[in-house]
Amino acid sequence: MAKILIENREYEVEDGQNLLQACLSHGFNIPYFCWHPAMHSAGACRQCAVKVFKDENDTRGRIVMSCVMPVAKGMRVSIDDPEAKAFRENVIEWLMSNHPHDCPVCDEGGECHLQDMTQMTGHVYRRFRFKKRTYKNQYLGPLVNHEMNRCIQCYRCVRFYRGYAGGRDLDAFASRNRVYFGRSEDGVLESPFSGNLVEVCPTGVFTDKTLKSHFARKWDLQTAPSVCVHCGVGCNIIPGERYGELRRVSNRYNGEVNGYFLCDRGRFGYEFVNSPQRVKEALLKTADGVQEVSKEEALRLASHMIGMGGKVMAVGSPRATVETNFALRTLAGAENFYSGFSRHEARLASLIVEVMEKGPARSPSLKEVRSADAVLVLGEDVTNTAPILALALRQAAKNGPLKTAMKLGIPFWDDMAIKTATQGKKGPFYAAAPYATDDDDAAVKTFHGPPVEIARFAAAIARELNPSLPIVDGHSEETASLAREVAQALLEAERPLVVSGTGSGSEAVIQAAANVAWALCARGKKAGLTMVMPECDSLGAALIDSKGLDEAFAAAAEGEFDTLVIAENDIFRRMETEDAENFLASFSHVIVIDHVINDTVKAAHITLPGASFAESTGTLINFEGRAQKFFQVFVSAGAQQASWRWLKDMMDSTGLKLQKWESLDDVTSDAAAVIPAFEKITRAAPKHGFRIAGQKIPRQTHRRSGRTAVEADKTVYESKPTEDEDTPFSFSMEGFQGQPPSPLIARFWAPGWNSVQSVTKYQEYAGGPLRGGDPGLRLIEPKVAGAPFFKAVPISFKARKYGWLLVPMPRLFGSEELSVFSPPLASLQAKPFIGIAEEDAERLEVEEGDEIAVRANGKSFGLPAIFVPGLTRGVAAVPLLPGMAMLTLPAWGVLTRAKRRAA
Amino acid sequence: MLSHEEKIEIEEELKGAPFKRAASIDALKVVQRHRGWVDDQGLKDVAVMLEMTPSELDSVATFYNLIFRRPVGSHVILVCNTITCWMMGCDSLLKRLTERLGVPLGATSADGGFTLLPVPCLGACDQSPVMMVDGKLYGGLTPEKVDEVLKEHGWKG
Amino acid sequence: MEGLNEKPLTALMRPDKAALSLAEYERAGGYQALRKALKLAPVEIQRVVKESNLRGRGGAGFNTGMKWSFVPMDSDGTKYLIANADEMEPGTFKDRMLLEGNPHQLIEGMIISAFAIVATEAYIFLRWEYALASERMSKALSEARAKGYLGRDIFSSGFSLDIKLHVSAGRYICGEETALLNALEGRRAVPRAKPPFPQVSGLWGRPTVVNNVETLSNVPHIIANGDEWYRGLSRSKDGGTKIYGVSGKVKRPGLWELPMGTTIGEILEEHAGGMREGLKLRCLIPGGASTEFLTEEHYSVKMDFDSVMEAGSRMGTGTMIAVDDKTCPVGVLRNLEQFFAQESCGWCTPCREGLPWVEKTLSAIEEGRAKPGDLEVLEMHGTSLWIGRTYCALAPGAMEPLRSGLKLFRSDFERHIKEKGCPYKAH
Ligand SMILES: Cc1cc2nc3c(=O)[nH]c(=O)nc-3n(C[C@H](O)[C@H](O)[C@H](O)COP(=O)(O)O)c2cc1C
Ligand code: SF4
Ligand code: FES
Repeated sequence: MAKILIENREYEVEDGQNLLQACLSHGFNIPYFCWHPAMHSAGACRQCAVKVFKDENDTRGRIVMSCVMPVAKGMRVSIDDPEAKAFRENVIEWLMSNHPHDCPVCDEGGECHLQDMTQMTGHVYRRFRFKKRTYKNQYLGPLVNHEMNRCIQCYRCVRFYRGYAGGRDLDAFASRNRVYFGRSEDGVLESPFSGNLVEVCPTGVFTDKTLKSHFARKWDLQTAPSVCVHCGVGCNIIPGERYGELRRVSNRYNGEVNGYFLCDRGRFGYEFVNSPQRVKEALLKTADGVQEVSKEEALRLASHMIGMGGKVMAVGSPRATVETNFALRTLAGAENFYSGFSRHEARLASLIVEVMEKGPARSPSLKEVRSADAVLVLGEDVTNTAPILALALRQAAKNGPLKTAMKLGIPFWDDMAIKTATQGKKGPFYAAAPYATDDDDAAVKTFHGPPVEIARFAAAIARELNPSLPIVDGHSEETASLAREVAQALLEAERPLVVSGTGSGSEAVIQAAANVAWALCARGKKAGLTMVMPECDSLGAALIDSKGLDEAFAAAAEGEFDTLVIAENDIFRRMETEDAENFLASFSHVIVIDHVINDTVKAAHITLPGASFAESTGTLINFEGRAQKFFQVFVSAGAQQASWRWLKDMMDSTGLKLQKWESLDDVTSDAAAVIPAFEKITRAAPKHGFRIAGQKIPRQTHRRSGRTAVEADKTVYESKPTEDEDTPFSFSMEGFQGQPPSPLIARFWAPGWNSVQSVTKYQEYAGGPLRGGDPGLRLIEPKVAGAPFFKAVPISFKARKYGWLLVPMPRLFGSEELSVFSPPLASLQAKPFIGIAEEDAERLEVEEGDEIAVRANGKSFGLPAIFVPGLTRGVAAVPLLPGMAMLTLPAWGVLTRAKRRAA
Repeated sequence: MLSHEEKIEIEEELKGAPFKRAASIDALKVVQRHRGWVDDQGLKDVAVMLEMTPSELDSVATFYNLIFRRPVGSHVILVCNTITCWMMGCDSLLKRLTERLGVPLGATSADGGFTLLPVPCLGACDQSPVMMVDGKLYGGLTPEKVDEVLKEHGWKG
Repeated sequence: MEGLNEKPLTALMRPDKAALSLAEYERAGGYQALRKALKLAPVEIQRVVKESNLRGRGGAGFNTGMKWSFVPMDSDGTKYLIANADEMEPGTFKDRMLLEGNPHQLIEGMIISAFAIVATEAYIFLRWEYALASERMSKALSEARAKGYLGRDIFSSGFSLDIKLHVSAGRYICGEETALLNALEGRRAVPRAKPPFPQVSGLWGRPTVVNNVETLSNVPHIIANGDEWYRGLSRSKDGGTKIYGVSGKVKRPGLWELPMGTTIGEILEEHAGGMREGLKLRCLIPGGASTEFLTEEHYSVKMDFDSVMEAGSRMGTGTMIAVDDKTCPVGVLRNLEQFFAQESCGWCTPCREGLPWVEKTLSAIEEGRAKPGDLEVLEMHGTSLWIGRTYCALAPGAMEPLRSGLKLFRSDFERHIKEKGCPYKAH
């Protein structure tokens, strides 16, 4: 800590910090563009000028760019200095000289950082009287819109896209005042993080195309703090609704999780909520087909089915909330409740729970991941299963080189100097996967092999670290030396991290990964162990119960069950079709609660419209073990309600198991009382009774327009806002307008700061945690001592003469259940294919694109072949894409050439 | 497709480069030497050789004044229009050139013979006004001498 | 040779302007300094060069030996020396002569300088338009390599060096030393953050020294004759001779190697022969386009870094542009600012957006489309595009002539505005 003087008052600042960050942290307003708290300083825009004085006697001072000025003890700083102010006004004047005057129709309107900064500097009158420059726009795909005339050349987009996220198809072109940001030609942006351009760009060059397709003014959006449901990372989001439709999702800063960024699946997957496939009313299947019935009628029928006396089985879901799964468990009894995992998923999930609960390695937050200085990824295609984790790993990969830059005296925030000094060098980041993944380019070295070989490779590393572990023989010298290298790198690191998960479908890989992390712990390292799980509540579901659907099937086959209740689970994605059909057929009644029409819904006798994340409140547990609460954003026009509430209503009307559940909090509390792992879960966020100065927190902004007119087509009266019994939020603009506790931040806004940049005003210091700590509560902490090593080492892979090992290949777009209903994402999905090694083409007598007949698990189907780099011969990669048959992978199968395409 | 010669020359440039991308400007110049300019396909092909994406390479290509990303004529005339040459009458040279070629500054004559471009100070201010045709410098020019230079380069007017 | 004692850089050059071959250069004593240098300790060479008071001829005038001394001498791994032969500063044409006339002098200077900082790789960064220089330089490099003056274990000293020739693709900003490094790395030539300075983190992140061609060409002579001799060549505090040049409507535009500190008047009147018949000197730009105007009043000012600075300008590259009284000063400024606006790299706001505004405003004034407030706009740029406010020195350089021009030619500006056009156009 150093003391500096700002406007002649003393402030404590972090040593070595830059002056801009220091001043912002103390609440001062300094305009800036190119600086970004995650990407740090570039010194390009020259907007952040202040005056510094050397010492007491210096009366003249000098203008410096605060973002590239290290703070120094005793430094005197003036932001208000007339010369500095005049210069900052000049900078805005320059930036505005070519900026179009299209604010009224600009997509950025209402949250434009350029507008905020223009106001902040006081620039009002236009002196530039010459023609403005103009540019052509590009088509960048269905997600991001391009409007180059609005560009102020702050270089943030390329610094994010390339420097931070590793994308290579967006760049700066030309020079002088013709600098252009885009692609070399029109085309879909390739980075899975492209959507962040929307928030990184301080003006309206890159905007959200999905919002554009149903635009609403930013201040008219009704918002609440929410959590992304499209993978197991649990990024914090702010969904915005207007007129009963979800209009967009933007980032909700959580320093421990996603920080400033989201992936494109998470940002644009929300459109499933608006999908025509949504279940909006209760549906009853009769001999005449499916018909809509009233909520009351549906409930009466459902309760009747449940209350008839027969046994009830309940199937929950890794994508349902803790509360929903717990309500199901309550309804059917613990012994008759299944979390809804497939057999295979259940095995992997319970193994992960075991590893997390019994082992000494800590599952780090993503913030900790970003600060890891050596990383080993085992078997996980991270970009496709947990994209924001992949983004965090990319940052970790830079930490090694960063150390060398810092030895030259370069501060960590001096982005340009660091780039020069490190020259894109990679730190100790090793990636092992069955095929070449999107993460490979960040790695110093990669290892490709089928899951067992990855497990054996990891076992060799573990053995290097701990000689009491079994020897792995049969490795080539190359693999053995790589194992030594990795072990060494992990040992030399201060914060080594091992990443694995369910992605490769292999228990052996998970065990071996745990062994490596534990061996590091045993050597006195504070090793992290991240276990990726694919769905938003995979870990939560596993903590309640991890019997698989196979066991449910077996139990149902005993024939004692009458009714099956399924919530938020398309079992056809987890069981083979025939099994699923037989399973459902063993019940007289099937009741399904879900959001969208899927195969399970189609098979249900009664379907109850489940509320999506945007229409309900609940708790999810991400793969870190962090319980996070998301809050209802809006009240939908249909009959949708939270699944747990349907269950409560059913239980209430049967009268059988009367629950004293008044609100969601009661369910959460019950879950906490019953399930030991959930003991602390109620503390994840304030309860529904929480008030600030006696007031609720409004979901609507104080600038919201049309309040008395939104329903004018139906009634001239202004209807009373819907009461919310589950949360401290109101569905109105009344209430506490200040800053709520971090889990309850419904939007970021501060006087003068309408853009996302206002988040700084909510942080303890600029770029730091939200005041009072970032949201979420960790449920699982590692055991202090002992490492229950797994002892088995799998035998090595042998390619078979006729058989092929099929391994799973998760895809960012298409492999997750809900986002596939988002039309823009659906348009980006790959068509079904099977991946083979190019070297195997000859063996199969195929060329790329030719159809291959695949036989596995007793099924056969045809798929076009695609060459996947890195695949071992004799191994084929099967993506999980809509329209493809469910397969439990890895599995052995047979591939043969189907009829060759017409030449 | 890069020609055999282009490939060999680019490979030669790559040999001397500590990292592939370091040869990007030289490699683009190879293509330009052969084709007069760098067309989109040429750019993509070079990018592959350098293990760069087309965007990355074009980002570099478009930065420099003398990498032409648009077609030029068989002869490129660079007329210095910076301070000394301006004082010494480069405007009269330019007037003559645009008249003779029938196109404004920055354009290529209709027959594709000559492209007329301005260039910043050629570092030959003691011989002002100067211009450069296909890499050859001409100093002490007058409108009359411009005609001679044009003829030397095959202008038939 | 006699002349060598007064004009070390140019005395050997052939009257027919052909390049000095390796044989000719050696016959006149070339590469003897290198033999001597390789027997000295690198830091000793640094010391001699520092004492000689050789100041960088690229324009900034930083003491060369001092610059070298910031290179870490204990660091292992590659270090680089780069000769800056980008010479695109308008009105500057001195390095061209050195490159074309005596390429081996530069090569010898580079080997000695590289040895002084223990750099094992070197580049000559040459502008594309210097085609003749490129040809001659390539040939000279081959000669030197063939003789073993470049390559492994030079003169059995254990020191190895190769020099590569990089021909630029053209942009003024490439001459800025850090932008130059980016260009050499095959990137957009945008300047880099300083600190860290290239001496610590330069080409490919390694310690690097960038020196001007003229600077490096001086080094063999300093080593051969000692620092005291070198200081003695000068008529001022800065050591050595300087290649001065004059362009514009003077009787004999050209270049002359003269003692450092020769006065402006002497250069202009005696060497360049004064203005052409019927013309008077309106003003002069002393050292390339990015220096402030001086006038006849300054004839007695010595052309050395400090003296010109005291007179309110900079010596810069030492090549003057003489502006006659029939040339419109607003037109001069407009031409200069057009150059700078065109050559801005586009990285920082003030330069990228400010310079085109300046250019457009000057054009408007020149063409009779001035509006009230135009002069204030120009003045605002003069203050705001200043050192420390922009990312590199390009924009402040562009403001030097503008700032002084606004003061010096105020009445001309006002006439343009009042008469709605250029009063000199009639002539
Ligand atoms: C915009 C700009 C252009 C420059 N162009 C050149 C140039 O063409 N040649 C040169 O030697 N120095 C040029 N310089 C100066 C270099 O940055 C650097 O100071 C010089 O090469 C150092 O050499 P010296 O110490 O030997 O003078 C330029 C500087 C700027 C800001
Ligand atoms: S002043 Fe700024 S924009 Fe201009 S050349 Fe330097 S860095 Fe580039
Ligand atoms: S924020 Fe400091 S220069 Fe851009």
